[in-house]
Amino acid sequence: MPPMVGAGLSRPTLTDIWRALDEIMDPEIPIVSMVEMGIVRGVKIVRDEKFENDAVIVSMTPTFAGCPALDVMRNAIVEKLSAMGIERVEVKTVLSPPWTSDWISETARAKLKAFGLAPPPLHGGNVQLFFPNEIACPYCDSTNTRVTNHFGPTLCRAIYVCRNCQQPFEQFKAL
Amino acid sequence: MNTNALSAKLLSLANDSFLLGHRNSEWAGHAPILEEDIAFANLALDELGHAQLWYGLHQELTGAEIDRVIYFRDAAEWRNTQFVELPKGDWAFSMTRQYLFDGYENVLLAQLVNSSDARVAEIAAKIRSEEIYHLRHTSNWVKRLGLGTEESHARMQRALDELWGYALQLFVPLEDEAGLIAENVLPDLKILREEWQDKTVAHFLASGLIVPETLTPVVTSRAQHAEHLAKLLNDMQQVARLENFGVEW
Repeated sequence: MPPMVGAGLSRPTLTDIWRALDEIMDPEIPIVSMVEMGIVRGVKIVRDEKFENDAVIVSMTPTFAGCPALDVMRNAIVEKLSAMGIERVEVKTVLSPPWTSDWISETARAKLKAFGLAPPPLHGGNVQLFFPNEIACPYCDSTNTRVTNHFGPTLCRAIYVCRNCQQPFEQFKAL
Repeated sequence: MNTNALSAKLLSLANDSFLLGHRNSEWAGHAPILEEDIAFANLALDELGHAQLWYGLHQELTGAEIDRVIYFRDAAEWRNTQFVELPKGDWAFSMTRQYLFDGYENVLLAQLVNSSDARVAEIAAKIRSEEIYHLRHTSNWVKRLGLGTEESHARMQRALDELWGYALQLFVPLEDEAGLIAENVLPDLKILREEWQDKTVAHFLASGLIVPETLTPVVTSRAQHAEHLAKLLNDMQQVARLENFGVEW
């Protein structure tokens, strides 16, 4: 650890920053955070001996390339970290490895389901061969469901109907 | 590596995806059923997203700012195929075009993920899994409409007859492409065309549709445009040019 500059000044640690980022919700699904969704890929603190404030570089990756929420997300990160007193924040967009729905955390999957959004099945990176026809209804857990549209109200959602409880629902697409 | 050749290729990829996305967006509020209205809006947005990635790398190599390239270039400077600039036509026409394009993108991206240029490979990998959804959707609809009613079949056949020769332009290489193929930056479009043709002809046949016999593209130069492009650009660019980006959106 480099020596602290300025008496009594506490610099945010990596843990502090990750915790703060975990409070930023996905703008299109405001019950899960960008960290839980696997959108935030990395945080780097660039220590600077001369300044009292360190610079922070956050890397994020888009879920779908055309996701219109990207700018909102970028701004939200800058805002959040600025509020912690971090003046120099850089948000970098990384494409590789491409985002996969397998990165959505277990807790986020549970939240999606409680929200009425069927979580994407794990595919182990083999989305090519994997095309889910049987998705469990988030309301009654029946797999007797059918897809009514592979495209939904946002790029990342498909529309299903449950034959068991007759409830239409949305699924977060496997990618 | 010939950076100019790669930039030219990136621009052509970006222009194609962008204009197809734009044409698809014209279905918003007009598609025959609600589900397809939603689907075409999604397809449009996906294509714009893919174009943005190609434009982004093009900007990195040439310094040409994305918005300037899109909103301030006249038709003569666009390097898209005429295939994507044709008006949206009826729904059978737009669906057939999207299917032909999805088939092309799938064979192309399957090779581009192995490009010797890491930046190209990265973008291709990002786009590829999204394209699987496109191809699945449009191939289902081609079949449904081809084997549907007399009316839907007739419209699909008409669309295919008109589009096929235009679609072949997607497989015409650019002037300096050979060097990039030799360096494994790009795949050979001749080989891709065979694969695409085998797959699409078989699918059309299974959908009760006959692919025209023509083997020659209607047009080969990407510098050559129909009057449709100028009209499209006039609509699309007029606000940006009026305000010259003086406004914040």
